[in-house]
Amino acid sequence: MDSAFVDVLQFLIMGIQRGSIYAMVAMGFNMIYNATGIINFAQGEFVVLGGLMMVTLTMGFHLSIVFAFILSVLFVMVAGILMERLTINPVKQPSVLRLIIITIAVSIIIKGAAMCFWGKGSHYMRHFSGSTSLDFYGATILPQTLWVVGILCCVVAAYIVFFNYTMTGKCMRACAINRDAARLAGINDRKMVMLSFALSAGIGAIAGIIITPIIQMDYARGAMLGLKGFGAAVLGGLGNSMGAVVAGVLLGVLEALGAGYISSHYMDAIALIILLFVLFIRPSGIFGSAEAMRLKEF
Amino acid sequence: MKGKHSAGFFALIGAIMVMPLLVTNDYYLGVLTFTAFNCLTCVGLCLLMGYAGQISIGHGAFVAIGAYTTGILTTKLAWSPWLAMLCGVVLVLVIAFCVGIPALRLKGHYLAMATLGFASIVHVVAVAAVDLTGGPAGIVGIPRLNLFGYVLNSDKQYFYFAWSAVAAGVYIALNLIYSRVGRGLQALHGSEDAAASLGINITAYKVQIFMLSAVFASVSGSLYACYVNYIDPGPFDVMHSVLLITMVAVGGLHSIWGALTGAVVLSLLPEILSFLSDYLQVVGIQYQPDYDTLVYGGILLIIMLFLPEGIFSGISSVLSRVRLLFGKTAKGTDHAG
Amino acid sequence: MVKRLLWVTTVCAAILFSAAMVYANPEAYHVGCAFAVTGKASWLGEPERNTVEMIARQINEAGGIDGHPLVLHIEDTQGDNTRAVNAVRKLIKKDKVCAIIGTSRSGTSMAAVPVATQSEIPMISCASAAVITTPVDQRKWVFKVGPDDSDAALNIFEHMKAHDISKVGIMTGTTGFGAAGREQLKEFASDYGISIVADETYNPTDTDMTAQLISIRKTEAQAVINWSIVPAQSIVSKNMQQLKMTIPLYQSHGFANVKYAEAAGDSAEGCIFPAGRIMAVDTLADDHPQKKVLKEYKQAYESTYDDHVSTFGGHAYDALWLVVNALKKVGPDAAKIRDELENTTFVGVGGIFEFSDKDHCGLDKEDFAILTVKDGKFVVLEP
Repeated sequence: MDSAFVDVLQFLIMGIQRGSIYAMVAMGFNMIYNATGIINFAQGEFVVLGGLMMVTLTMGFHLSIVFAFILSVLFVMVAGILMERLTINPVKQPSVLRLIIITIAVSIIIKGAAMCFWGKGSHYMRHFSGSTSLDFYGATILPQTLWVVGILCCVVAAYIVFFNYTMTGKCMRACAINRDAARLAGINDRKMVMLSFALSAGIGAIAGIIITPIIQMDYARGAMLGLKGFGAAVLGGLGNSMGAVVAGVLLGVLEALGAGYISSHYMDAIALIILLFVLFIRPSGIFGSAEAMRLKEF
Repeated sequence: MKGKHSAGFFALIGAIMVMPLLVTNDYYLGVLTFTAFNCLTCVGLCLLMGYAGQISIGHGAFVAIGAYTTGILTTKLAWSPWLAMLCGVVLVLVIAFCVGIPALRLKGHYLAMATLGFASIVHVVAVAAVDLTGGPAGIVGIPRLNLFGYVLNSDKQYFYFAWSAVAAGVYIALNLIYSRVGRGLQALHGSEDAAASLGINITAYKVQIFMLSAVFASVSGSLYACYVNYIDPGPFDVMHSVLLITMVAVGGLHSIWGALTGAVVLSLLPEILSFLSDYLQVVGIQYQPDYDTLVYGGILLIIMLFLPEGIFSGISSVLSRVRLLFGKTAKGTDHAG
Repeated sequence: MVKRLLWVTTVCAAILFSAAMVYANPEAYHVGCAFAVTGKASWLGEPERNTVEMIARQINEAGGIDGHPLVLHIEDTQGDNTRAVNAVRKLIKKDKVCAIIGTSRSGTSMAAVPVATQSEIPMISCASAAVITTPVDQRKWVFKVGPDDSDAALNIFEHMKAHDISKVGIMTGTTGFGAAGREQLKEFASDYGISIVADETYNPTDTDMTAQLISIRKTEAQAVINWSIVPAQSIVSKNMQQLKMTIPLYQSHGFANVKYAEAAGDSAEGCIFPAGRIMAVDTLADDHPQKKVLKEYKQAYESTYDDHVSTFGGHAYDALWLVVNALKKVGPDAAKIRDELENTTFVGVGGIFEFSDKDHCGLDKEDFAILTVKDGKFVVLEP
């Protein structure tokens, strides 16, 4: 096998694995953004909470992976609902900046609580199904990476089904398009906001759970994951979840290729420079429509 | 400057003069000097956020550029810190111009993201460009500032100097607010379209105010570098930029005084917490520094939930309510009589 | 529960002590400690704080230093420069300590150096970058107990030379520790006829080092040196396993934390790294001069705290005992303590310290042992 080809393949695998997580974080951002117009800066903390809870349940309480998975997701969803009920719902006349700072405050609180509860160390857990890497056209791939990509596909599929074929999903979309009109049509918009936080927290938790075996988890990971996910969301066009998935994976791949072929010293800058260029040239993101963006201005 | 503000300004000057008489411990003077650096940046940021209505989560980058320019020029080329500070300002003006023109066409979350991205890029460069910035190891041996050939060695001297810079910054900001430019900015904050129709060149105004606020940050960075004598990328990460905007927002972003209050409160918070923890220990509650993050987040959240206009306007509205209450009771007694 | 009870009693005891000291015994000895107890470098600061608290307890229970109780003022730097400078200033100006132990990180130590120098208070850094104590004429008041990076690098290169490795790829973390290591590796490689064919870095927050490793794999590197102190480094060996890279992995002394080996799992088996002997005390020869000290410290630490012993806590152990010994001899006078430290020879956890007016680090390359990971435990590598 040509070694240059193998390297590219390996970078792609690594990029897709990274990008899948960005994509899921970005989907979480979009869900809340669509329902409320808020960028939830605590999105990265949901990922951390999910990962840490999973570690405790599997490594501490020795629960089976499936059971622990469900419990962890539920736990983080409850955290998401609590966040909405306690901090977002009571705010009557929200300004963008105030909401941004409220979510920053929540992220700091979650981070502080995670530090007190789980300690400052890095937590690791076993892979879902073995950690021996498989051969893939000369490159190697971890079984866990397949899990990550597979679960991302499931989440995307579930997302599409939920928003296109269920009543609740359609109600949520209606709220996203025009809240007042949706309310007039008898949709309980406050409930939809709460639901969007729960779902967004759930997606974040799933991302955290599936990536923890590969990257380990500690309380301070949230900010960076959130930042990259936010980047993916903007790149894909805020509010456009399918765009976010593509943009997230793209961002991960670009990062991996940049680290491999340009310089690992400037790896983090590469993704961000691309992001800035996209913002400056086409602010609505690659997949967002300029018109939709103008409607969403504030 | 209008009456209320000039009273505030003189109160600030008075407080600066008196402070070293009350705070005799050098350590606390040092803490207050660090506070001054944040105050200076926040005053600039307040002009941008509160008056022009543009968000920036990237001002930590300008602080970093100011600090690094000073650090590099004074240690590698042995320039005077003053000249280096000036160079920092010029460099920041150029960079803010280049970044500002495309970025300020963006709005809301997009502008937030663009400035956040810019801040991370500057941080990555500070870490990775080892030959220029010293990388993670940083720059050692930055000289102290000298004033007319007299080196500012003691904490008291530097305290006065740093806070004079803050006072100068506040003076410039207050004058700007009540100039034609300031009124233009406020119009712009209200509605960009309306402002444009009145003949205000909104792009030029926004870029200019962005550049001015960047200069505040740059000067603050230079002062920081000369005070600590050592810089590394640690203090200039993205979280610092986030901290700066929370300072402005907690204080109240619609007023320079609010931004100052926020900067002072959040800069002193770690000290207040450690003071309280000593006190709690005496009562028998075991407070550990681990809880600091939690308490900080909690305070931020409570302020944003219950005092959305910030501490400063919160306090003034409480004061005016108290005054109103007293006025009412006075009236009430009149009636009774 | 027992631990908490212990905590409360110690705190009460500490308060009583301090109260008693302030009013009744003016001659308590105040020593300042500035560690990164929370924040990004807390894995350094926590064992350090635990260690000094444990030793202070032991000393005070045994009647103090010649009857003078030892009072520790512990400040949290959070691994942040501004806070470190503030903390050290607080210790000097407010708590009036006669010596300072810390800080934990190289970066914060460098930030604190000017403060200690200006105030003329001896400071014993627990970090390891060589620049902290060199040039000595500008670091009159600064000592360090962390071993020099250059000595660790020399140990690695010697081992490589003995095993006929001449081309290496290096990976360093972008922290003060990693950057200093990168410099030392580049400087000394040619002395051993070793060429560096790949030079990669990664961030402390990075989660995947595959890209860097592939870049190394593309070259003719016969070994990888990973030089970092952050938890992320345990991912390196995992990624190597994933990529099925079989060339040997050398780690720096920053790897010397059992938790890192645990996190890396079986992928860390067989990696080679220089470290203080504390990490492999059980496999150390009984007649080794450090054996007794190491064993005592390990037992005391692991029975007091539910935690593995680490070299970082060991640094704090050495620093505090150096100060305590100096206090015994010359009393709480900063200048005298400094002079005393400069003439000290001390068998500690980190090695055998020989300070002089030319050397404020005191350790040399003999104080490292070459270790490896076997069945998840650190053992001395048989040559």
